[in-house]
Amino acid sequence: MTEPDAVTDMATEAGTVTDTDTDTMTESEPEPEPVIETRGLTKRYRGGQLAVDGLDLVVPRGSVFGFLGPNGSGKTTTIRMLMGLIEPTSGQARVLGEPMPRAGGRVLPRVGALIEGPALYGFLSGRDNLVRYDAADPTADPRTRAARVASALDRVGLAGAAGKKARAYSLGMKQRLGLAAALLQPRDLLVLDEPTNGLDPQGMREIRALVRGLAAEGTTVFLSSHLLDEIEQVCSHAAVMARGRLLTQGTVADLASSTRGRLAVTTPDTADAVRVLKEHGVNDLVVADDRVTGELPTAAPPPDLADLNAALVRADVRVRAFGTERVSLEDAFVALTGEGFDVAG
Amino acid sequence: MSRAEPGAAAAPVAARPPRAAWRLSLFRNEITTVFRRWRTLALLGVLAAVPLLVGIAVKIETSDGGGSFGTGDGGEGPAFVSQITNNGLFLVFASLAATLPFFLPMAIGVIAGDSVAGEAGSGTLRYLLVAPAGRTRLLLAKFASTMVFCLAATLVVACSALLAGAVLFPLGDVTLISGTTVSFGEGLLRGVAVAGVVAASLIGVAALGLFVSTLTGSGIAAMATTVGLLITVQILDQFPQLHAIQPYLFPHYWLSFSDLLREPVYWDQIGRNLGLQGLYAAVFGSAAWARFTSKDVLA
Repeated sequence: MTEPDAVTDMATEAGTVTDTDTDTMTESEPEPEPVIETRGLTKRYRGGQLAVDGLDLVVPRGSVFGFLGPNGSGKTTTIRMLMGLIEPTSGQARVLGEPMPRAGGRVLPRVGALIEGPALYGFLSGRDNLVRYDAADPTADPRTRAARVASALDRVGLAGAAGKKARAYSLGMKQRLGLAAALLQPRDLLVLDEPTNGLDPQGMREIRALVRGLAAEGTTVFLSSHLLDEIEQVCSHAAVMARGRLLTQGTVADLASSTRGRLAVTTPDTADAVRVLKEHGVNDLVVADDRVTGELPTAAPPPDLADLNAALVRADVRVRAFGTERVSLEDAFVALTGEGFDVAG
Repeated sequence: MSRAEPGAAAAPVAARPPRAAWRLSLFRNEITTVFRRWRTLALLGVLAAVPLLVGIAVKIETSDGGGSFGTGDGGEGPAFVSQITNNGLFLVFASLAATLPFFLPMAIGVIAGDSVAGEAGSGTLRYLLVAPAGRTRLLLAKFASTMVFCLAATLVVACSALLAGAVLFPLGDVTLISGTTVSFGEGLLRGVAVAGVVAASLIGVAALGLFVSTLTGSGIAAMATTVGLLITVQILDQFPQLHAIQPYLFPHYWLSFSDLLREPVYWDQIGRNLGLQGLYAAVFGSAAWARFTSKDVLA
């Protein structure tokens, strides 16, 4: 290490630490503790219904984590267990490194949450709703309450309607007020269940920008949504649940690439193209107008797409376009959870 | 070089320690929230109207009947009513005696029954809990605000009665039940004591309502159950055949507050009343705590 030792004595404390910081980080930085970690988390309701079944979820620090699943797949039950609202039947949940629900008093002041839509006191103004939620937090200083409430209102664009009774709010305004409650304090973790529900497109954009901004500041965001577009746009990681079980989790890029794109060839000579592709192991060939699509073979060394194209050309197939279709998260999601529209019972 | 805490780069939010004084914010906010509801004000309005109606009725009755309300007339009206024409202060005692069997506990039942169940029904309970209010602290705040409402409701009846009594009837030295006469000032002091005992008499209903409130997610259901229980218990208290259990029914000693208007004061029944209210608070308060701290909040 040839760090400049010429730094003045003044900098011995702060300066050297920051200098060496990067080195230690790259050399032997232990994996930072996940913000949320569950082991075998299970919830069986009194009726015997298994809502969440052996969930092992890991939400890395600093991620924007998309939590996906069809209706009734156990997402909200999971969130409620993480927030200490319901007791797990078995298994453990750790949030910000501490066990939930036991350490709720220490953990929850550092967590902002929007769970299953906003809930407000209709007879109180928007501002007084926030005052009430802020007063419920024993770590919130009453002297700075008014300032905190004002800045939270400002952040979600409700400063102008703060004095109105909450029952007069539109769905989108209620949603914003719910978000403001989650943003009353600087948080380590934000849990947002369907945050863009009921918002107009402009509001959705604002919320997405807000989530990105918070993530850039280092807040981990745990986002549940049905809007796969949204997850794809803002999330770095995602997990997919169905029927109470975790199907997969990982980075959004990995998730999308785990479902392989279909090969698509545009050509006037579709019949010849189908024949050649079939010879090279491409399955499930579908012809639509001048487009041929198919599944690439899953054999161990996947075929080089260039070879396939060369083979087509050698067989006098005139190729206008050639490539794999981009896989959206939606495709990955449907591939994992199935196409069925029925809600899991 | 060796650093104790890893990953300080993404600096976590500094853990803010809770402070004792800050914890009280929830209590203050709970009380203001209760009294800002239109429903609460309506209940207090009804309670304020009762003494006014009693006073006007007595005034009309005596202005043409030529004072037939006097003692020893045979016709036993409600407690203290016969004395009102002589002294407006008795309207306070008559009104408390008239509202204590039903109006006051019903109002408490509404507030106590709605306290937790109403928050669960509207979904605000989950946000209070993740704030995090803490389940025990929230329950204590709910109980405390219900107590404050008990006191406020009693004082509304007493003050409205005092005002109406002063306007409609003469005020002066007070002749107690035992026949002794005390000054108006002392009579007023006894009135304050009566109001205090009446407010404390409502603790049992408040604790019962709070417990019922933790059982359901519907404020209306909890209010109806609490008021229903109140009526049932009041009826049970009337059957002589049930005398064995009656000393354990929370309204059984309610009207003992009139013993404060004797010279010397009979403390026996008042003591039993307060003890019984304390017992109800302990039993149903613990039951509410046991239920609320272990229940799954699904609303």
